Amino acid sequence: MIIKQLSVFVENKPGRLAEITKIISNAGCSMEALSIADTDNFGILRLIVDDHEKALSALKENNVIASVKDVVSVKVPDVPGGFSGMLNCLSEKGIDVSYTYAFISKSENFAQVVIRVADNEKAISILKEAGYKL
Amino acid sequence: MPIYNKAVETAERHELEAMQSLALIRMVRHVYENVPIYRKKFDEKGVKPSDIKSVKDLSKLPFTYKADFQENYPYGMFAAPLSDVVRIHATSGTTGRQTVVGYTKDDMNIWAECVARAITAAGGTKEDVVHISYGYGLFTGGLGLHCGAEKIGATVVPVSTGNTDRQIRIFQDFGSTILGCTPSYALYLGDAVQAKGLKPGDLKLKAGIFGAEPWTEKMRTEIEKRLGIKAYDIYGLSEIMGPGVSFDCECRCGLHVNEDHFIPEIINPDTGEVLPYGEYGELVFTCITKQALPLVRYRTKDIACLNIEKCECGRTLVRMSKPKGRVDDMMIIRGVNVFPSQIEAVLLTFEDLSPHYQILLDRVNNLDTIEIQVEMSEKLFHDEIRQLEALVKEIKRRIESAVGISAKITLVNPNTIPRSEGKAKRVIDNRKFD
Repeated sequence: MIIKQLSVFVENKPGRLAEITKIISNAGCSMEALSIADTDNFGILRLIVDDHEKALSALKENNVIASVKDVVSVKVPDVPGGFSGMLNCLSEKGIDVSYTYAFISKSENFAQVVIRVADNEKAISILKEAGYKL
Repeated sequence: MPIYNKAVETAERHELEAMQSLALIRMVRHVYENVPIYRKKFDEKGVKPSDIKSVKDLSKLPFTYKADFQENYPYGMFAAPLSDVVRIHATSGTTGRQTVVGYTKDDMNIWAECVARAITAAGGTKEDVVHISYGYGLFTGGLGLHCGAEKIGATVVPVSTGNTDRQIRIFQDFGSTILGCTPSYALYLGDAVQAKGLKPGDLKLKAGIFGAEPWTEKMRTEIEKRLGIKAYDIYGLSEIMGPGVSFDCECRCGLHVNEDHFIPEIINPDTGEVLPYGEYGELVFTCITKQALPLVRYRTKDIACLNIEKCECGRTLVRMSKPKGRVDDMMIIRGVNVFPSQIEAVLLTFEDLSPHYQILLDRVNNLDTIEIQVEMSEKLFHDEIRQLEALVKEIKRRIESAVGISAKITLVNPNTIPRSEGKAKRVIDNRKFD
């Protein structure tokens, strides 16, 4: 399924990540998945939270640059090769994954991952056809 | 230490003033008749060439500014036909228009002589191997020092900037005795020489002639220690001529101005009033002998003072202090003149970039570094890192192509760059000059 991801600009400065996550927790939002990408001078924090609208407005109030993006959430079997099988399935159909990361999993039989692609609908139908649960 | 042109450099004040008066009267008449911008300036001020009877009348004349070069780009300031101009140099300008300067054959001789005086004052003779690591090209540094070194008959090695390993190899293999470059590059070379395990005695270097950027006595001591040389300052700016407008002698107690060609004045930058010797103010030069580009009271924006007392070296030429700052916000980064407004103009070419920025200057391993902090905006933000990296790269590229300086670009959070009511504090200079 398509879910909402928060992307947050993180200045490369000591304590900045802690400040940002504090803003989110103060807003009463819970984080379900996260990944961070960084370069020499800045980073991008990507988050799945239980209430993205509340988190977004809290971030904006605190002058943090953030945006909401649609990403695909898919369940992959929690077995060796489960994740690469899903990626293969997409790449065979010409779908590039810009980035991906996993949920803090609460289930025993599968891992839930987030994938960012250019065409969400197409990726979803490919995955569904291949039998993945979304 | 020998003196290159004893008759001029040790002349009595009244003799110098007589020389200056003659040249000034002739120059003023010439520019009034041949350069429309000067005729306009003189008319507006209500001064006629005939009002100028000696150097005492200098203050009656109007000022000339860097903006005049830009408004009359490229050749509008020239007082000689282009067919008589044998050389062009240029520096970057605030509005993207370069400051273009020209020299006739006679001007080149004047330039060579002025630099020859400086090299001689630093102990240079025809026996020396002069290693020039200033940039060659439109910048006056390289070719300026070059013509003076040739004039004294030295062996000139035009190495230009960069490739430190090769510089050191040339020191060793070619037996360089005098080095010319920016003082910060001299420090850098000093470190590199030490890193190679070379001791000052392993090289033949004995003196260095350093300029094109501000430097301090502390830097002088450091350079001398690392390279085992005596370090001499040379001052100049392209509009006036290039390096060689003034220079250190062995006493190194102020830079002797080549007064037979350039008349210095110190003025109050706000009122334009001429200040007495010993007082700090804006340095102003009048070029009285150059044909292609005579200049009437050119405002350098450098802050300095003048000392008229005879120097122990025997020279009577007035001495100017090392410039201790700027009237405007010009930065000198690795010898390149950069104005914050140039950086701003580049940033404004990005539609969604916030106009708030800050420039941080520092000196790391004796080389100037420039970091430009730019505020991130909602519109520019992207969840993919490569898109943001592409943005950073593009800002860097455009700045480099506009001002010729490679800067580090840092994206910072919105509203984190201090806003001020009046003039924004755009530049934070952490380089230590004192």
